[in-house]
Amino acid sequence: MTLEEYTDRFTGMLNFDERKGYEGYIVHSERLVEFARTIRDELGYDYLSSVTGVDYLPDEQIEVVYHAYRSQGGPGLVFKVQVPRINPIVPSLVSIFPGADFQEREAWDLLGIRFEGHPNLRRILMWEGFHGHPLRKDWEEPYFEESEKPFNSRWPEGKAFRIEENKPFKKNVQYPPEFTPDGWIPEADTALYSGMVRLGAKDAGNGRSLETDQILVNLGPQHPSTHGVFRMVVSLDGEEIADLQPVLGYLHRNHEKIGERNTYLMNMPFTDRLDYLASMGNNFGYALAVEKLMGITPPERAEYIRVMMAELTRIVSHLFSIGTLLNDLGAFFTPMLYALTERELILDIFEAVSGSRMMCNYFRFGGVARDLPEGILEKVYELVTERLPRKVDELDTYLTDNEIVRTRSIGIGVLPREQAIEYSAAGPVLRASGVGYDVRRAESYSIYDRFDFDVAIRHNGDVYDRYLVRLEEIRQSLRILQQVVRDIPDGEFQTGKPQYQVRVPPGESYGRVENPKGELGFYIVSNGKPNPWRYHIRSPSFINLTAFGEMCKGHKIADVVAILGSIDIVLGEVDR
Amino acid sequence: MGDDLNGPEYQVPEELRSHITITTLDRIYNWGRRSSVWPMMFGLACCAIEMICVAASRYDFSRFGMEVMRPSPRQSDLMIVSGTVTKKMIPQIVRLYNQMPEPKYVLAMGACASGGGPFKEGYNVVSGVDKFIPVDVYVPGCPPTPQALLNGLIKLQEKIDTQSIRTVRWYKREASEPIPIPILGPDLIDPRDIPILDAKRASVVKPDVPENS
Amino acid sequence: MYGIGLIKGLGVTLKHFIETYLDDIRWLGRRYYRDESLAERQGPHARGIFTVQYPEEKLPVPEEFRCIPFLVYEVGEDGERLYRCTSCGICSKVCPPQCIWIVRSNDPETGRPIPSPTEFFIDIDICMNCGLCAEYCPFDAIKMDHDYELASYDRLADHIYNKERLSKPVTYYESIRPMNFAFEEAARAEKEAAKEARRKAK
Ligand code: SF4
Ligand code: SF4
Ligand code: SF4
Repeated sequence: MTLEEYTDRFTGMLNFDERKGYEGYIVHSERLVEFARTIRDELGYDYLSSVTGVDYLPDEQIEVVYHAYRSQGGPGLVFKVQVPRINPIVPSLVSIFPGADFQEREAWDLLGIRFEGHPNLRRILMWEGFHGHPLRKDWEEPYFEESEKPFNSRWPEGKAFRIEENKPFKKNVQYPPEFTPDGWIPEADTALYSGMVRLGAKDAGNGRSLETDQILVNLGPQHPSTHGVFRMVVSLDGEEIADLQPVLGYLHRNHEKIGERNTYLMNMPFTDRLDYLASMGNNFGYALAVEKLMGITPPERAEYIRVMMAELTRIVSHLFSIGTLLNDLGAFFTPMLYALTERELILDIFEAVSGSRMMCNYFRFGGVARDLPEGILEKVYELVTERLPRKVDELDTYLTDNEIVRTRSIGIGVLPREQAIEYSAAGPVLRASGVGYDVRRAESYSIYDRFDFDVAIRHNGDVYDRYLVRLEEIRQSLRILQQVVRDIPDGEFQTGKPQYQVRVPPGESYGRVENPKGELGFYIVSNGKPNPWRYHIRSPSFINLTAFGEMCKGHKIADVVAILGSIDIVLGEVDR
Repeated sequence: MGDDLNGPEYQVPEELRSHITITTLDRIYNWGRRSSVWPMMFGLACCAIEMICVAASRYDFSRFGMEVMRPSPRQSDLMIVSGTVTKKMIPQIVRLYNQMPEPKYVLAMGACASGGGPFKEGYNVVSGVDKFIPVDVYVPGCPPTPQALLNGLIKLQEKIDTQSIRTVRWYKREASEPIPIPILGPDLIDPRDIPILDAKRASVVKPDVPENS
Repeated sequence: MYGIGLIKGLGVTLKHFIETYLDDIRWLGRRYYRDESLAERQGPHARGIFTVQYPEEKLPVPEEFRCIPFLVYEVGEDGERLYRCTSCGICSKVCPPQCIWIVRSNDPETGRPIPSPTEFFIDIDICMNCGLCAEYCPFDAIKMDHDYELASYDRLADHIYNKERLSKPVTYYESIRPMNFAFEEAARAEKEAAKEARRKAK
């Protein structure tokens, strides 16, 4: 059965998106839930990758864009819902794709789209009580200068100033005119706490029931094992977890709002700061998305360089994650030190190639910023054929069979296969649950189809398997890298002349890559201007957290830390 | 170490130098403090990763006596603000700062913590942690390399060296005031700004003039 | 048997522990504060202690390393500074967080813009060290510095770098980025030669 037949079934409610440069279908909001169920159950699009909104201010419309895929692989399906800008209401898809949960909350928070039927539609990145929905095109931040960069005040009469000095409070704040601080009662998380699972009376074993107190514990935002400023509210029954709610937004840096003011090129260094352990991977995803719109491809050598950098990045990120996981399991710092030592050696390569250890900003549209400096290939060769395989084996002997590691991680935080797909988990989390979904294979991009490598997959879906998947992925990356340094051709590293102002034709594109943390997607809408109209990031860490509460239920409080470590989040990407 | 401590104004005979050190109280007091600055284990953003690298084997700040990173503010002397300070996070940061015992120091690591950084224009970003808590050393860079951070830590040690036990604020009779904790309202509210906010409201006669222009 | 995994793991730590001492013996007294041993210790053959003894020894930064940008000037015949910058404004347009401010003045007589910046500011509390300004400057006038030891006690006074603070001579540029410099000079010479040839042809 093809989708064309469905247009009949949904007569008048399902149309092709016929705008130039756009793809997919526009579904009427009344039939959205039904449509989603149909594509999931009858067409096999069981993996909802991304949900986001776009504010089409000139058309007075808000559009919600969904990207769905099949978990066996293959191209995706894009469908959209259009609603008026004023008080937009869209039915929630959480009942069909639980992975939409956080993404819909984000769309509510930043764009003010109300998702009807969402179980917990609260702000997620900003705090409850914040004034306005910042990603609306007509919402202006306190430091608003102009709606698009470059700003005119910088040149030719660029008298330097600090913007806060021009503001009444000398700070980055603005209040609605009617606001008085006297009567203001901050929302003290009461709603959040009351939304947590209540414990019922328990059977004490002797026929009588036993009342247990519900204990609420806040972990974070300042907590050594939350990998940054992440907070979770845990409801405890003794030591067991009854419910867990992540609280996000402590590192919300307004990436998307800034990204929509930036020109296309300016966003490149900003993407570095998403998943800051894998900056080259982020560059890759963004470059792909924009190149798709522009319709250019990089030259051969650049493709090889890109793959090389992306795979080195994967090793860096997985090493770090293994180190921190062991930290969280209580093996304080020694495994981390060993992992970081190897990481440093790869960072040296990044520094020599791109100029910075972490914030590489190395990819350009249609290539990379500059050619590899002399001697780097030899260095990489030495690392990937000799040192790193040896060190990875060493880590393996060091940790894998360790009884404490095994007891602490086997059977902990299990995410069964079906749930992993439902919750749109990605990356090692998904693959450890027995779904061999890797974007490099499922919808191959760049030149990954040329390389010989296996998708690491495990079937138990627990903390231990996630660790093993990461270890195996390092090995597979080394395999790819060995092929890259063997085959890399000479030649150009950039198509055309480097330009600081690229022309991007109108349209939309969704570029996705397999980042170390999972599927990283960039959804970009261009209206032909130098700045993207919409710039959205489907961040794997953020969406992987949707299943976090589910994974933790029933485990002990000490396991929460291990489970979080095994999901491997980076706050820069979670909160953006 | 002895050479660090020797006061220049006292001449100790050559043969006794390895056993005897004459110093001032200030010197030994500062020496003790500078050699055991315990940072708080507290990372905010990208810069925190570089801070972890400084703690790891390559740069290894245990060479400066700083390896004891305490997750609790009660046990730490130094807060390395390593990353973007957001409005949602600043109440917690101020609270942590208030909880640190004196003597306490703050090092703003990276462009974000110093003055807002690349994300400064964002609606949820605080333009520099020094808008709320006093900062002792600023380390520019985005992110500062581990060596740059070490350089900042050495600067901090130099600052400690210049302090005198007689004038430091934590031995003053009057206790130092805690910093009022910001509130999350429709936007971030600094309690110290409330009088201005009220005054502004009172002064606005024409309702069509937006307050925040 | 239970515990084998643990013992294997401890074997690895023991190996690391012993290696540091083996390295001590191998390098006997020449281990620190020398460039060769630093390169060896930090290279792919590193074993044992991996630490850089900053500040006594510093890890060399690669040529491409970038920190804050600086303005390149050439020294004229009378020792005056000839800025390469023509105040074309491209760097300030390409700068992602918009932290470059340039004042361009007009010649009072002709009314035409003077091809040199009157003032030039970079707010280093905003600069993200991305290097785009250096990459897209058509005159090789702004380059990324290698000096990262910038820690200070006060930011309000001196974290907006002005033209004075940003200026560094071309010889400095040559010393930190010899390969880039040679490459750019060659390209410039070629361009000059081509121009010359064209002029002759006329
Ligand atoms: S200064 Fe740069 S590296 Fe540091 S937190 Fe800010 S954006 Fe990240
Ligand atoms: S530094 Fe370069 S790009 Fe910037 S104004 Fe000067 S000449 Fe133009
Ligand atoms: S390095 Fe980047 S952020 Fe800094 S001045 Fe240059 S373009 Fe701007």
